[in-house]
Amino acid sequence: MKHLAEYRDGDTARRLAAGIGKIVTRPWAIMEVCGGQTHSIIRHALDQLLPPEVELIHGPGCPVCVTPLEMIDRALAIAALPGTIFCSFGDMLRVPGSHGDLLGVKAAGGDVRVVYSPLDALELARRHPDREVVFFAIGFETTAPANAMAVRLAERGGVKNFSVLVSHVLVPPAIAAVMESPGNRVEAFLAAGHVCSVMGTLQYPPLCDRYRVPIVVTGFEPLDLLDGIRRTVVQLEAGRHELENAYSRVVTEEGNAVARAVIADVFEPCDRTWRGIGTIPASGWRLAERYAAFDAEHRFAVGGIVTAESPLCRSGDVLRGAIKPSSCPAFGRECTPRTPLGATMVSGEGACAAYYHAGRFAADREGRR
Amino acid sequence: MSDDRPDMSRPACPSPLPHHDRIVLGHGGGGGLTRELIEKVFLPAFTNSVLADLGDSAVLPAAWFSSNGGERLAFSTDAYVVQPLVFPGGSIGDLAVNGTVNDLAMRGARPVALSAAFILEEGLDVGVLSRVVADMARAARTAGVAIVTGDTKVVERGRGDGLSITTAGIGLVPAGSRLGSRPAEAGDVILVSGTVGDHGMAVMSVREGLAFEAPIQSDSAALHGLVADLLAASPDVVLLRDPTRGGLAMTLGEIVAENGIGIEFDEGAVPIDPVVASACEILGLDPFQVANEGKLVAVVPAAGADAALAALRAHPRGGKAARIGRVVADHPGLVVARTPYGGTRIVPMPLGEQLPRIC
Amino acid sequence: MCLAVPGRIESIREEQGTRMGKVNFGGVVRDVCLAYVPEAVVGDYTIVHVGFALSRIDEESAIETLRTFAEMGLLEEGLAEIRGEAPLDEPALCPLPPAEAPRR
Repeated sequence: MKHLAEYRDGDTARRLAAGIGKIVTRPWAIMEVCGGQTHSIIRHALDQLLPPEVELIHGPGCPVCVTPLEMIDRALAIAALPGTIFCSFGDMLRVPGSHGDLLGVKAAGGDVRVVYSPLDALELARRHPDREVVFFAIGFETTAPANAMAVRLAERGGVKNFSVLVSHVLVPPAIAAVMESPGNRVEAFLAAGHVCSVMGTLQYPPLCDRYRVPIVVTGFEPLDLLDGIRRTVVQLEAGRHELENAYSRVVTEEGNAVARAVIADVFEPCDRTWRGIGTIPASGWRLAERYAAFDAEHRFAVGGIVTAESPLCRSGDVLRGAIKPSSCPAFGRECTPRTPLGATMVSGEGACAAYYHAGRFAADREGRR
Repeated sequence: MSDDRPDMSRPACPSPLPHHDRIVLGHGGGGGLTRELIEKVFLPAFTNSVLADLGDSAVLPAAWFSSNGGERLAFSTDAYVVQPLVFPGGSIGDLAVNGTVNDLAMRGARPVALSAAFILEEGLDVGVLSRVVADMARAARTAGVAIVTGDTKVVERGRGDGLSITTAGIGLVPAGSRLGSRPAEAGDVILVSGTVGDHGMAVMSVREGLAFEAPIQSDSAALHGLVADLLAASPDVVLLRDPTRGGLAMTLGEIVAENGIGIEFDEGAVPIDPVVASACEILGLDPFQVANEGKLVAVVPAAGADAALAALRAHPRGGKAARIGRVVADHPGLVVARTPYGGTRIVPMPLGEQLPRIC
Repeated sequence: MCLAVPGRIESIREEQGTRMGKVNFGGVVRDVCLAYVPEAVVGDYTIVHVGFALSRIDEESAIETLRTFAEMGLLEEGLAEIRGEAPLDEPALCPLPPAEAPRR
């Protein structure tokens, strides 16, 4: 595919990685904020190309991982209601709530469907006027324009049986939370290119200044990521802390003004609990008052939700970069991809699941020596 | 019934049967409706002398077994469910024949006869059933295998998935076959017979909520001919598997688990159709975990690997065959992929159905 | 967090007042909402996330980025900066993209 294949060249990747080795003089801890970056790094084993001085810390930018337990439980309760079609991105179906997951609700008779786009959920609502169609509107800034448009089109089209369960989260407050968390080791960030395609980059220079930390906006292909890492190392070694845009083919300083206007119409800022991390002020979006009729939280009175997080799970510490997944006492014992205690163990891009597979290999090699 | 006497086995008034364009419960009741279904739909499609008998079991002529140099019988069964029932490049009918034929072929057997049991949901469009049955008949003819016995049941509407099929097959393993005579061991070479992921993405392309337009066809095909050519050129093939559900990752995972070995393969060497790769990109799926219905994975001794690969490539079903990796003594139980960047990663066995992701 | 894939816009239409289009992703064609890229025209590449085009891909920036990757000069420049020197090579032939590349 054009605009993908060019950024996957093996020789250039090795050259970029070797270049990082030539400029690095001491250990640096760099956090890739976004789950998509983590996925690409693990999928292509890019971390193995880097010099030992460069440590990558997997950040909290996986909406599946940070969606609060209370919201998952609410989703499970709504999905189980008779007459409801509950639509979700595929990622969310295996995320554990206090008691089970969406796949379990489906097995027990709930009508749970995977959709590719919120517009597909809206279309289902149009086709099934006798059913309540609920869309689980999770995601970072990247997904917000899509979710906002679905709500707008539902309003314009008078689709009254459509509603959204909103759990949006935002990147800049998360970067601030990471920098302010006790024991923080992160010295530079790879910021998420697709978030910035919507939001632009103007939110980031103040963070660079306040925390004296370099932030480089990157794409998601191997060469994009390696170039982003190279640029952070250049800054770190030079003692600079600036915003750089290494994804200029997609990201502009101003971002997508049309999309931001629709977001501002449909959503409003709110405090948001991040699973495993806690409440971060002004770190999320919820439906604006004017669209309250489309809010599944209002429409479905599913009370009595008592959340119960596994007492063993330390995914919050992992998401903040405070511990490595393998430092969690439950890692690989009570908690495996087959029996995940926390969301970070669920999908391949979750930091714990990623470590689980890679770690097993490393441990095996260790054992043979 | 060739004389002019009235047929008293049926009502004298005009039969309502021909007006049914949907399956009703009575089609599974064993009475007249069932017989009508068998005579109108199944028999014309599956026509052969053994089936025409319509006895309680198929009685196969001994010559079917003795005349082919067969030494041992292979016997396999598989149940088929898929949504939608018809997809680009095939239908559940193709899968039901080719899947069981391939299970036999993976043990080196030439398929001889199949059974087919149908569970139909009340309300199923008879046209869909006829299409599926026609696909089965065509697949069986192509594979040179006879469908010799069968059964039909109907379940109430809402209690079935439209249509599911269970087939069982028997096949003959030629005398002197050495397939599976030793476990896979370090140094063996891994071959794959062609592009991976085609079937799963063809089905995905027409699934509700995910549909996209792409010229992707299911690869559903019988592989015993390919296997016969492979074994003729390379009789020391260690083992064969068809990477169906869970794809290449599942099959390699099973091989390492069962043989106490490790496998290392080169990601870049695995053939993938570019459009299938694109479809996987947009849905966030791993092509190594996507199902195939007309491909095989072969573990062969290093010494015979070139001959084996040449034999696969010489066959119409194996033109894009490739050497993708090798068996290693390191990391037993693990499949490791070497990326185009020189790194390695663990390839886990898929946990369940792959779900499209957004992150 | 956000799987977004580049594709080429094949056609644009209005559907119930919303700008929609067919986008081709390496041979796979899907309906995509183009409401957020009013400037995009048929033939443009766009980044698509969950059925929505979020950004028009800037071909000049893409070419420049690739040219930069292809050259080894960028490594020397990085080294030079750390040593407090001016870049060794005049970057006229293969400049690094500026921190915020201007858009057409």
